[in-house]
Amino acid sequence: MRYMMLLSGTNPSTPPPPELFEAIMKLGGEATEAGVLLDTAGLLPSASGARVSVAGGKLTVTDGPFTESKELISYALYDLRSREEAIEWASRFAKLHRDLWPGWEGQTDILQVMGQPDLG
Amino acid sequence: MDDYQATRSAIEAVWRIESPRLIAGLARITGDVGVAEELAQDALVIALEQWPVRGVPDGPGGPGAWLMATAKHRAIDLVRRRTRYNLKLQEVARDMQTQALTFSEPDVEKLDDHIGDDLLRLIFIACHPVLSAEARAALTLRLIGGLTTHEIARAFLVSEQAVAQRIVRAKRTLADKKIPFEIPAPGELVARVDSVLEIIYLIFNEGYSATSGEEWIRPELCAEALRLGRLLAGLMPRQIEVHGLVALMELQGSRIGARTGRNGEPVLLADQDRLRWDRLLIRRGLAALKRAEQLDGPPGHYTVQAEIAACHARATSVENTDWERIAALYVVLAHLTPSPVVELNRAVAVGMADGPQAGLEIVDSLASRPALAGYVQLPAVRGYLLAKLGRRGEARAEFDRAATLTSNAGERALFRARAAECDEP
Repeated sequence: MRYMMLLSGTNPSTPPPPELFEAIMKLGGEATEAGVLLDTAGLLPSASGARVSVAGGKLTVTDGPFTESKELISYALYDLRSREEAIEWASRFAKLHRDLWPGWEGQTDILQVMGQPDLG
Repeated sequence: MDDYQATRSAIEAVWRIESPRLIAGLARITGDVGVAEELAQDALVIALEQWPVRGVPDGPGGPGAWLMATAKHRAIDLVRRRTRYNLKLQEVARDMQTQALTFSEPDVEKLDDHIGDDLLRLIFIACHPVLSAEARAALTLRLIGGLTTHEIARAFLVSEQAVAQRIVRAKRTLADKKIPFEIPAPGELVARVDSVLEIIYLIFNEGYSATSGEEWIRPELCAEALRLGRLLAGLMPRQIEVHGLVALMELQGSRIGARTGRNGEPVLLADQDRLRWDRLLIRRGLAALKRAEQLDGPPGHYTVQAEIAACHARATSVENTDWERIAALYVVLAHLTPSPVVELNRAVAVGMADGPQAGLEIVDSLASRPALAGYVQLPAVRGYLLAKLGRRGEARAEFDRAATLTSNAGERALFRARAAECDEP
């Protein structure tokens, strides 16, 4: 089953430590080598994005940033056997942030991808 | 889900992720895959007892390192208890006692040191040619895929008992024949890699061809094979055919959603809705193929098959497909793995590249081959080419024959429909 993981959070004022990047690369490498991480990328701050919305029959385009929500930081697409495995991988990445970037707060939303139910 | 259940589920997930590395590391210590698996299971049992009470280990390396450290302690205990072990094992035990001193502060880097090599050894031993293909597949899914006996039985449509026996016997054979837990010597590496690739592709095809049974569980086997292939490609990045097989499986896998219709009936490549092809898997397949092509050395049959699959994947329609290239690739494939089935596929490609008459000539040259007697695709392809030539009566007879020959109900319906089309004005 495929799972989309969306990481969002609030960065502390301190810059992200290089150890965090290293650890993320290492864990990402492990997931890739295990054959479960299909695709992943970081996302630029929403300031460089835009939002197209529909409300009351009206279409509106708004420039970023989207201040009302936490910033989306990255996405990752996994091929896993169960939701529990998805939780385990997401927890590993969350722990890296917790342990290596004091003050960082955020969340990973795990969503199962529809269709092609059981194929990587 | 209550806390206890949640912890149990978390343990199972950790187990799935960690068990291959765990078993591989323990097999290096004990030299016996069966013992290694038992020790790993022991560690799992301890985790199931402790974690729901004390919480999931949160130290360096996380629950995986905890499982490894716990299992290694058990391995040491075992080696100590078994005094009848020979001198060599005593040496190993002494070796481990010195290692054990570091367990209070698990050094994750050090634990990881041999993981890649150990996993590779585990894959090679699970796919050892001394075992039957069935045993190799079951053992591979169990030890490297982390599947339970129940899951393997369900996937292969055999009884749980049969799978359990298969695995027990396989482990015994490996022990009896004293198959070493090692990476094959350079001289036999190619043959041993072939033996591994054969099993991975067998698992993939078991899911992909879905010749019988409840088809909804089958794609999971394709996914297992894909994960195994990707894992192997990470461990053996210099092997062309490993990347070739991964490319082939990713590309074939990209069509799974399109190859059955609403009612589960098969849809042939030419009739598939290409918008339903999985672009991500195609992209991954093409990337794997590129890795294979960039390595020095001649491509093997998996890579050539992947090249053919890539021609289809790149094409926006049947008409826009590079059939000349496919026909040429089938010549290469026929050279690597001579078979009338490959020739038949070449006939289809030639039929598309140079017209149905050219294709039909190849098919007719194959018709007398004993290997193709009773082969469903022979009349199916012949019927297809005859229909293209407007020889409808003959085409109808061929489709009828194909419908009689196949044992798959969905396929039969398809051939009957093709036969009926020949009668249309």
